Amino acid sequence: MSSFKPKNNRAWLGVLPVLLIVAFSAVIPLMTVVNYSVQDILDFNSRFFVGFEWYQQTLKDPRFVDAFLRQVVFSLTILAIEVPLGVAVAKGIPKDSRFTSLILILLALPLLIPWNVVGTIWQVFARPDIGLLGWTVNALGIPYNYTAEPLHAWLTLVAMDVWHWTSLIALLAFAGLTSIPTPFYQAAELDGASRWQVFRYVEMPRLQGVLIIGVLLRLMDSFMIYTEPFVLTGGGPGNATTMLSQHLATMAVGQFDLGPAAAFSVIYFLFILLFCWIFYTSVVRSDDE
Amino acid sequence: MMNRPGLSRGVLIVYGLYLLLPLYWLLSMSLRSNADIQGSFSLLPPTLTLANFAEIFSNPVWYEGFANSLSYVAINTLISLAVAIPAAYAFSRYRFLGDKQLFFWLLTNRMAPPAVFLLPFFQLYSAVGLFDTPLAVALAHCLFTVPLAVWILEGFFSGVPTELDEMAQIDGHSFLYFFMRVFLPINRGAIGVTLFFCFMFSWVELLLARTLSGASSKPIVVVMTRTVSASGVDWGLLAAAGVLTVLPGVLVVWFVRKDLVKGFALGRVS
Repeated sequence: MSSFKPKNNRAWLGVLPVLLIVAFSAVIPLMTVVNYSVQDILDFNSRFFVGFEWYQQTLKDPRFVDAFLRQVVFSLTILAIEVPLGVAVAKGIPKDSRFTSLILILLALPLLIPWNVVGTIWQVFARPDIGLLGWTVNALGIPYNYTAEPLHAWLTLVAMDVWHWTSLIALLAFAGLTSIPTPFYQAAELDGASRWQVFRYVEMPRLQGVLIIGVLLRLMDSFMIYTEPFVLTGGGPGNATTMLSQHLATMAVGQFDLGPAAAFSVIYFLFILLFCWIFYTSVVRSDDE
Repeated sequence: MMNRPGLSRGVLIVYGLYLLLPLYWLLSMSLRSNADIQGSFSLLPPTLTLANFAEIFSNPVWYEGFANSLSYVAINTLISLAVAIPAAYAFSRYRFLGDKQLFFWLLTNRMAPPAVFLLPFFQLYSAVGLFDTPLAVALAHCLFTVPLAVWILEGFFSGVPTELDEMAQIDGHSFLYFFMRVFLPINRGAIGVTLFFCFMFSWVELLLARTLSGASSKPIVVVMTRTVSASGVDWGLLAAAGVLTVLPGVLVVWFVRKDLVKGFALGRVS
């Protein structure tokens, strides 16, 4: 959103339909959640105000704390792998060969697959009995069974997420790299810059903008991951791969713990709001430059 | 980091293999009979069979699952585009009271975990009598597809010079004529890309779709998570369904290849 626009409050008319539909699908539910989070609801006729009791209970609940820590470790792990790997892959894509389009489309494939099918693909791929990966690893003499061993489940989950989303970083980074004019490289060559210096002083500044978008999108989307682990591991073995969303879904629909689940929802939403604000300010700032 | 030339090309090739192997395996499983899958391990299918695909096209549980999914995705995409186009135009052309706050608030809905809305959605849609209908899932998915559509379209619309709007005004055309006959046709590419992204994000969602649909509107993603029968999981059938759900995206991607990155980055990359 650039700042050189006429002021016209009649533009509100254009925004109104969006406002109504999102009010129905987001505002009413969110208010309901806040409402539940401060009440004890035995049934819908007898409820009483409990203040912040559910919040305190949720924050102290070891299952919540565990799920939150797992979530943080998971998100940081996949970011630490996907960002450098994505940039490295992007640097390998030829800039103007007749294969460029083909490579880009190939890279985009995992992004277009329904998330539950991503889970299915990795289930079929990693199972020790019928999977190409699982069977091969076991045949090499390394015992591997992601349905029984927490560590193996984690490795499989991370491998799956890297498979699913590194392409996004790679495509973004490629867009950043192709926006660098050739004279920049020629000038660097004249100055006798090493490949590292070219990367650090010519490419990095151009990549910064797109990488901020990529990192924040991945951070937020990985923070709400549900479908892929649900299909692949079901959160197990035990609770080893139960992330925040799955824990919340179990509380809300599985056990109908209205109050605690609502308090959980509000805390979860506030975290996302914080990430969102960072995303918004960094993206809007780069737009205005 | 990249001291040797050719190293980065090597990374690309290795990564490409990593990307393709699981896909190959899914396709290969979908073409095998269960006896072959459970039998001895082999890299290539011992015998090719289309029985799994035939089963999906002849069993109502499966093909109705596809039909249910397609119906809520279609409703969702229509609603999203209809409300997002005027809003994106307003955001891209004017400043108005609360515009920045509203734009940010939309983003928070795209980023919010669907699980947060699970509890009230179930009760809200039961209360208004929409539970177990495609419309319920379509409206629920508006939670993230509408903000997505507004953000992507705003990115595209902002790239269209305002001189175009002014010229139409000088030519004496009404705003409605300009918008329908000039502005939308010029942006048909952008609208196509947005359509694609609304379709994709509604097509891939499982949690809300599962919660809001009962026995009569079960979407394909839910049918797929319940293929366990008395004799265990039918892997061949599951793989075939997987291949079929991947197809729509793969078929359309060629047409949106130029704007794919822009769409995923919410219209923020040119």
